[in-house]
Amino acid sequence: MSYTIVLLVVTFVASLGGLLLFIWSMSKGLFGSADAASRVIFGAKEVGLIEEPAARTAEDQDDLQETMNRTGHTGEFSILSPEEADERTQQDESGRWPVLLSIGFAVLWLVLASIFGLIASIKLHVPDWLTGEAWLTFGRIRPAHLNAVAYGWCSLAAFGVALWLMPRLLRTPLVGGKTAAVGALLWGLGVTAGITAILTGHSAGLEWLEFPWQCDVPMVIGGTMMGVALLRTLRNRRVEHLYVSVWYIAAGLIWLPILLSVANWPGLHFGVQQAAMNWWYGHNVLGLWFTPIGLAAIYYFIPKVLGKPIHSYNLSLIGFWTLAFFYSQVGGHHLIGGPVPGWLISLSIVQSMMMIVPVTAVAINQHRTSWGHLGALRHSPTLRFVVFGGMMYTLASVQGSIESLRMVNTVTHFTHYTVAHAHLGLYGFFSMVMFGAIYFMLPRVLDWEWPSARLISAHFWLVIGGFTIYFVGLSTGGWLQGLAMLDAARPFMDSVNITKPYLLVRTIGGTLMTLGHLVFAVHVGMMLTRRGGQRSGATLLRHRAGTPVSSPVIAGGAA
Amino acid sequence: MKRDQKVDVTRLIAGALAIVAFSIVVLVVMPYVLTERTPGSDKPAAYTDAQAKGRAVYIANGCVYCHSQQPRDPSIAPDGQRGWGRPSVPDDYVHDRPHLLGTMRTGPDLFNIAVRQPSRDWHLGHLYQPRAYSPGSTMPAFPFLFAERHGALQSGDIEILLPPGVAPAGVRIVAREEAKRLVDYLLALDHSYPVDPSVRRRRIR
Repeated sequence: MSYTIVLLVVTFVASLGGLLLFIWSMSKGLFGSADAASRVIFGAKEVGLIEEPAARTAEDQDDLQETMNRTGHTGEFSILSPEEADERTQQDESGRWPVLLSIGFAVLWLVLASIFGLIASIKLHVPDWLTGEAWLTFGRIRPAHLNAVAYGWCSLAAFGVALWLMPRLLRTPLVGGKTAAVGALLWGLGVTAGITAILTGHSAGLEWLEFPWQCDVPMVIGGTMMGVALLRTLRNRRVEHLYVSVWYIAAGLIWLPILLSVANWPGLHFGVQQAAMNWWYGHNVLGLWFTPIGLAAIYYFIPKVLGKPIHSYNLSLIGFWTLAFFYSQVGGHHLIGGPVPGWLISLSIVQSMMMIVPVTAVAINQHRTSWGHLGALRHSPTLRFVVFGGMMYTLASVQGSIESLRMVNTVTHFTHYTVAHAHLGLYGFFSMVMFGAIYFMLPRVLDWEWPSARLISAHFWLVIGGFTIYFVGLSTGGWLQGLAMLDAARPFMDSVNITKPYLLVRTIGGTLMTLGHLVFAVHVGMMLTRRGGQRSGATLLRHRAGTPVSSPVIAGGAA
Repeated sequence: MKRDQKVDVTRLIAGALAIVAFSIVVLVVMPYVLTERTPGSDKPAAYTDAQAKGRAVYIANGCVYCHSQQPRDPSIAPDGQRGWGRPSVPDDYVHDRPHLLGTMRTGPDLFNIAVRQPSRDWHLGHLYQPRAYSPGSTMPAFPFLFAERHGALQSGDIEILLPPGVAPAGVRIVAREEAKRLVDYLLALDHSYPVDPSVRRRRIR
């Protein structure tokens, strides 16, 4: 008894103490320089100038700049000099091959994963559909969906965004582009082998860790190679301050290979300890890999598109360290009520609640930065996706904290409610941010404009509509399922029957999302093969001035 | 400034490593050290060869995505009243590599399915067509675990006794090796033996 509590108190004090130590040491070095650090993503006189390569026409660019001039101009110069534009172009194109490889494969996996997901979704309400073939059975298609999303789409998109952002953030071309490209290929190879293994019945059997360990080896090596290229770029940096996105990306790249290695180590884990490890991993891959990359993108793209520094730089660093401390210990809440030591679960619930700290930090920062400029969403596709993703991050995190409370968890555990929650995080937050980032990146990487504004709109509305239907439907169904299961007077079959209409709704939402992904994939394909009609050149990076002339001047020559 | 920059990066890398190490110690190493086996217990028995093969079929076809194997305490959920058995303890899982605790109950908990449903014929028929036995079930049918015989049975065939109308007319359904082994495993899922109550107390607290 006392032993458990002592253990709990010790871990809690240790994490709080470590946290305070970090905040203290950060503030020592950062007082006074916070403002400079938040401006490191802009040229010397660039603040006030919008940058949005996905706003296709000169009018859209003007409208966006006009909106910012009206709602938030600081009266600064707002000029990107020819030299700065040249340098940035170099940085943007320095990682062309690894970035294009990562993003290209990511989008292919997104399409495949959507199809897997849709098949699995339909099978839950039409259970006699496609039962003839072993590889199409629900128990194989479902993990194929999860792994294709997590390691195919999300991870490769994360690598692509990281490889493209770091040179910009550090103002130096990518070092080791070839290493990174080979790393991306190795990663893709591991994912392909892993998905094949699942479909042919060679799953390792652990959720989130279904790939046989042999498939994880090329992934760990490939991930490390991309990480090494980025850390070498970090050493080569030409900036005085590390922007907060650099913290998130670098830490994520350090964490990922460690997580994969510990979790997949053959022959080490078994029984209940393996279950604890399983959820240590399952939640840390979200908290220490996807979330840092997603937040890095949010912290970069919102200020960059708006031409306005982040609201509070110090707050963003507090958010970073608290996220790392608390998120890394929340996994045990997946085993509430299970046969694992009580202290482990209590610890995870406490840390899940503490997650409110970093989430609030991000929310305040994001909303204080974009608030008052919501008109800009009309003109900027990047901003639409990224701001929506940021809002879903807040929502998903708060929902997750509440869900870890025993009284709520008792209802939602073992139900589709958890599945809906997982999609709020990995789709509503992470995937949306990645969509926005890709819309910004590709024109810069390829020096080519998006062929169609309509396709971007179609993508946005299909996935927003589809996801809303998906999430509301499945959450409702899952909650009712949980209530039915808790009521001993109702037969178990009640909890099955009550979900059926909601599972159908989920399929409808999922169909719309899949259509949106097909539109996106076609558009990316057109971009990669350089299709599209007339080019105004408005969205390509040239040196520009925002004020006092209110519209950006396109002056040729540079770049 | 140069020195400050170095400190920044060192701090970042050291901090990131310290944090992940801490979480490994708490959530991976400590459960590893603390969940040792109660000495002298011979329950549960190790899986036989046939049961282990069946367990591999269970894993390959993803049964875990709909079925948990962890009855919860009566204070949390009415699992016991549904006939799913006493709350499980770490000792129940000592032979489980990988663990199959599960996170979903789209179908019922299976930790004691052999107690509730000891009939081999029921299991085989139910795997062939769940809705013939459990109306409204959303469990997939697994016809690929079975073979069709159009004439006489071959030696070693186990014919599945299905309710009328489930199999195509004039066709006899026999279990393949995977189906037989899977049922061997399901019939091994009996954790109704008593456990040391002190172990349970330690878990709940």
